[in-house]
Amino acid sequence: MTTKKNWPLWEVFVRSKNGLEHRHFGSLHAADEEMALENARDVYTRRNEGVSIWVVESKHITASNPENYGELFEPAQDKVYRHPTFYDLPDEVKHM
Amino acid sequence: MSEEQIKNLETQFEARIARDEKIEPKDWMPEKYRKTHIRQMSQHAHSEIIGMLPEGNWITRAPSLRRKVALLAKVQDEAGHGLYLYSACETLGISRNELYDQLHTGKAKYSSIFNYPTVTWADMGAIGWLVDGAAIINQVPLCNTSYGPYARAMVRVCKEESFHQRQGYEIMIKLANGTPEQKEMAQDALNRWWWPSLMMLGPTDDKSVHTEQSMKWKLKRKSNDDLRQQFIDQTVPQADLIGLTIPDPDLKWNEETGHYDFGEINWDEFWQVVKGHGPMNKERMKARVGAWERGEWVRDAAVAYADKKQNRKEKQAV
Repeated sequence: MTTKKNWPLWEVFVRSKNGLEHRHFGSLHAADEEMALENARDVYTRRNEGVSIWVVESKHITASNPENYGELFEPAQDKVYRHPTFYDLPDEVKHM
Repeated sequence: MSEEQIKNLETQFEARIARDEKIEPKDWMPEKYRKTHIRQMSQHAHSEIIGMLPEGNWITRAPSLRRKVALLAKVQDEAGHGLYLYSACETLGISRNELYDQLHTGKAKYSSIFNYPTVTWADMGAIGWLVDGAAIINQVPLCNTSYGPYARAMVRVCKEESFHQRQGYEIMIKLANGTPEQKEMAQDALNRWWWPSLMMLGPTDDKSVHTEQSMKWKLKRKSNDDLRQQFIDQTVPQADLIGLTIPDPDLKWNEETGHYDFGEINWDEFWQVVKGHGPMNKERMKARVGAWERGEWVRDAAVAYADKKQNRKEKQAV
């Protein structure tokens, strides 16, 4: 019952309106990029959800591993001096 | 990993869920969590796909263009919902083909409600009103479930599904206010779909084997009996409003509890249908497997065409 070759998996990104970025909406299977776009239109934008679609074959995405969370993201946690609230200002200064 | 290490990870995992953190595909998860989610999500996806069949039966015979475009859109949504859910399920490391295989070989289940026939147009009304009504009650809490991809798929599903119930109820209103024959047709559909809709919310709490674990993982937020009561309480006034009678002589408002009391559900029938002996089980599987097999050459041709285009591109590049 299986086909000789399976349709690959694609990730779908949709821009909901101009001025906003494309956002990940979900994924789907399609034989090629053209079909992936057509299917994305039918599966993810039946109610005016978008004005532009990107599709990319899932295998081309490189993702970070949750196991490396510590070394990747924890160093940023103790760098409060990267935020404006770290700095003391006299009350008289209104806009800065 | 040693048993102790796994135990440790499991404790951390349960704590994350208790804190309402979401679990994402690449996070560590207990094998049982993965399996339970594959089972429930795929069952849900299969139900959407098989659920297109009873309604597809009436698309060509819808009584007006208005009804036809609505029914078409509803069935198309169901295909979409099936696809969202299959993709979400695949993030747990099972392939689409394995999922289809489980459906086609009967290894995986789908909602048993779809094993009842749709014999009149009023059934389109009853399905939208009751079956989608019960489905919404089941699904809304899942928008907050612990597994990220499932929760996100459910948000989309729930957003789209509210029109399904309204279009069904509108069909019932029209029929109930029509000729005596039309009203009788609506009543007959309610008579046939009422009890299976109550069964759709699952076995009673004392017979439900997965409830406790599923509650912990937020795969479930209310018990089957609570959901059923909620469905009955909200649906009875809707039937009253359009002059239809719920086919339950024991149905009665209970001033004390603030809920409707209702009659005994025929669970033997439920289990018969689950086991494959419902009126339409064979027909549904035949239609589904047949469509899949007849579509094989199309899927293969699409792959051959994609390969050909790719080869041509590569040759031009040389």
